[in-house]
Amino acid sequence: MTGSLRVVAAMSGGVDSAVAAARAVEAGHDVTGVHLALSRNPASYRSGARGCCTIEDSNDARRAADVIGIPFYVWDLSDRFHTDVVEDFMDEYAAGRTPNPCLRCNEKIKFAAVLDRALALGFDAVATGHYATLRPGPAGDGLVELHRAADAGKDQSYVLGVLDQQQLRHSIFPLGDTPKSEVRREAAERGLLVADKPDSHDICFVADGDNAGWLKEKLGERAPNTGGEIVDDATGEVLGRHDGTVGFTIGQRKGLRIGRPAADGRPRFVLDIEPVSGAVRVGPRERLAVDGLTGIRPRWCGAAPSQPLHGTVQLRAHGDEHRAVVRVVPDPDGPDGPGSLGERVDVELLDPAFGIAPGQAVVVYDGTRVVGSATISTTRSATRRADQGVRA
Amino acid sequence: MTPATDPATSATKPPPARETVYLDHAATTPVRPEAVAAMAAHLHRVGNPSSLHASGRWARRVVEESREAIAGAVGCRPGEVVFTSGGTESDNLAVKGSFWSRRDADPRRTRVLTSAVEHHAVLDAVHWLAEREGADVELLPVDRHGRLDVSALRESVERDPDTVALVTLMWANNEVGTLQPIDEVVAIAHEHGIPVHTDAVQAVGAVPVDFAASGVDALTLTGHKLGGPYGVGALVVRREVSLTPLIHGGGQERDIRSGTLATPAIAGLAAAVELAVEQQAEHAAALEALRGDLVAGVRHAVPDAVVNGHPVHRLPGNAHLRFPGCEGDSLLMLLDARGIECSTGSACSAGVPQASHVLLAMGCTDTEARSSLRFSLGRTSTAADVAALVEAIGPAVERARAAKAP
Repeated sequence: MTGSLRVVAAMSGGVDSAVAAARAVEAGHDVTGVHLALSRNPASYRSGARGCCTIEDSNDARRAADVIGIPFYVWDLSDRFHTDVVEDFMDEYAAGRTPNPCLRCNEKIKFAAVLDRALALGFDAVATGHYATLRPGPAGDGLVELHRAADAGKDQSYVLGVLDQQQLRHSIFPLGDTPKSEVRREAAERGLLVADKPDSHDICFVADGDNAGWLKEKLGERAPNTGGEIVDDATGEVLGRHDGTVGFTIGQRKGLRIGRPAADGRPRFVLDIEPVSGAVRVGPRERLAVDGLTGIRPRWCGAAPSQPLHGTVQLRAHGDEHRAVVRVVPDPDGPDGPGSLGERVDVELLDPAFGIAPGQAVVVYDGTRVVGSATISTTRSATRRADQGVRA
Repeated sequence: MTPATDPATSATKPPPARETVYLDHAATTPVRPEAVAAMAAHLHRVGNPSSLHASGRWARRVVEESREAIAGAVGCRPGEVVFTSGGTESDNLAVKGSFWSRRDADPRRTRVLTSAVEHHAVLDAVHWLAEREGADVELLPVDRHGRLDVSALRESVERDPDTVALVTLMWANNEVGTLQPIDEVVAIAHEHGIPVHTDAVQAVGAVPVDFAASGVDALTLTGHKLGGPYGVGALVVRREVSLTPLIHGGGQERDIRSGTLATPAIAGLAAAVELAVEQQAEHAAALEALRGDLVAGVRHAVPDAVVNGHPVHRLPGNAHLRFPGCEGDSLLMLLDARGIECSTGSACSAGVPQASHVLLAMGCTDTEARSSLRFSLGRTSTAADVAALVEAIGPAVERARAAKAP
């Protein structure tokens, strides 16, 4: 987007979104700062690893807006966030999957609820502090492309892989061409007090970063944590018991509390979680290797690939790139259940990936360009006998 | 797509001052020049009113003259004016102080009767008493205009009058402007010797308030709502009423409230209270006329706008309106962008808007409560302010309706 626009700058209270807002002002836009209140009961102060929903964060965002010299408001999206992100997160875990709530939040809140409201209120775009770049498409037809950020270490294009063309056309990512260190320096130069504020790494609504503890507490009713067996994946031998599947993630090594070491003395990893029986299957690392997967509910940044795409995929935030062949195939179980029309993606991994859990997002790249994303439903492993089917 | 940046030009500047259409006088209203002059006259002089020497005596004299001026204006004796830091402190002192004192005198007195539409300075204080001091708090209902159901109060008092520690009821509601039937409440409470406190922060200077004639035992007023400075107020409390202090120290104010008296602020408060009361009738008539134009103009632009609050028993400068299909927050932002300043009248923690407890108590749904805005007029309000709002409100409502989440 070019020219002077009316822009909502989503301001979390962190350094990135503050600098992004300042840059949007300097680009000539008419900017209004908006802090999204996502928690129903915001804590007064950050505790432990930081969340982004505390009153202190809201105040930090407000002070940044003061320094930049833009109006500032708090938009209460706590109900939408709870329904679309937190509930979904719990449902997914209860079903034995490993969701990424940040993608979900971008898809449903920041670039949907917020963008919709902004557009209706007369704004043209939403600016955020994400590290990703937008470029005009080659055809010159107004389509925009989403690309990785210049700073590979900070690149956040993965969590934006859920955005469609309509959302991208109304987005501004002012930080995409800048290394993080430079953003901090710039924040200090601009007199923004958040210049030294630590980055957020954790799930914002899990205040102290203790996902397992949080899930155990919250999931109480919807996924009875009756516990189950820890089973050797190869032999079927019961190695121990656990008091609930919720604390386990595929690829996890620590915290299994198996009394006996493996016969060969090598570390064991969680290979599979069966939410119904409660069995947690464990085995050596090589059995975690995945060479193919299926993604459902694809979202494309532009047109869906019509031919098999020889590109790369990323399977977790800040994860490695894997060479892959991506095919869009009809989905017999479409978005509205069996029989409805839909598509899914089949991903053949040329470089194996380890510890991939259903529920995670697969984001497809063509070079630096984000093609789209899908939610992993099943994975294929050459080293395990059976497919790990969809777990319901 | 990504805006170019030149960090060299990134020096931050405060936003330029702009002329705004200020329609939020119930939040705070401009300080009167006479109050500024009174404060300025004393700011540069040394003297602690508690000191015994000449400078101290001078400061004490300013404080006592201020006390007498306020007493004259609100109809109490000078000795009944206890200076505080403002409305919230006065409310807390009245509510907690009389609860403790009355319960100490008779342990059966644990009930606190109040309305569901009080300011948080009272509501949160009584809730604290319930949680920490074992008080039995009864939030008495109001009608759809926000006026207390007096029969509910009577029923509650008469159920067991000996167990009531106090009744606290605001004189005028800060959100919808409804006046409460203070005289009826006092009559009922005093039949049983129960003290009555009233938060009159919004009322003094806006409607006639006479402490002695009203019969209340304690009354809260604050400076910044009537053209005085921030950070200073008073609890007017009858000499016979015993209050347990909240703040301990030098015992400067009748041993009920400690802390060095803020001589300049008190002088400013007195100047403002005197003028506000002196000009009250004239002021109210002017506001009433402006408010009529505002309501008529807004309803002409938005025919389905609904006026909240009591049609007769209300503050002259309060126009509280519901705009069906809008979120008040969106409307507020759109008007703010046009330089028009008003309030959703809702409590904010972390700036997270909550549906107004006042509107909910009046029977509004959550959605209705969230679709309301408060416009409050004051001394500096003009016909041009009202005209600006009337011009802006139609398009703003249209846009806010489009933005409302389905």
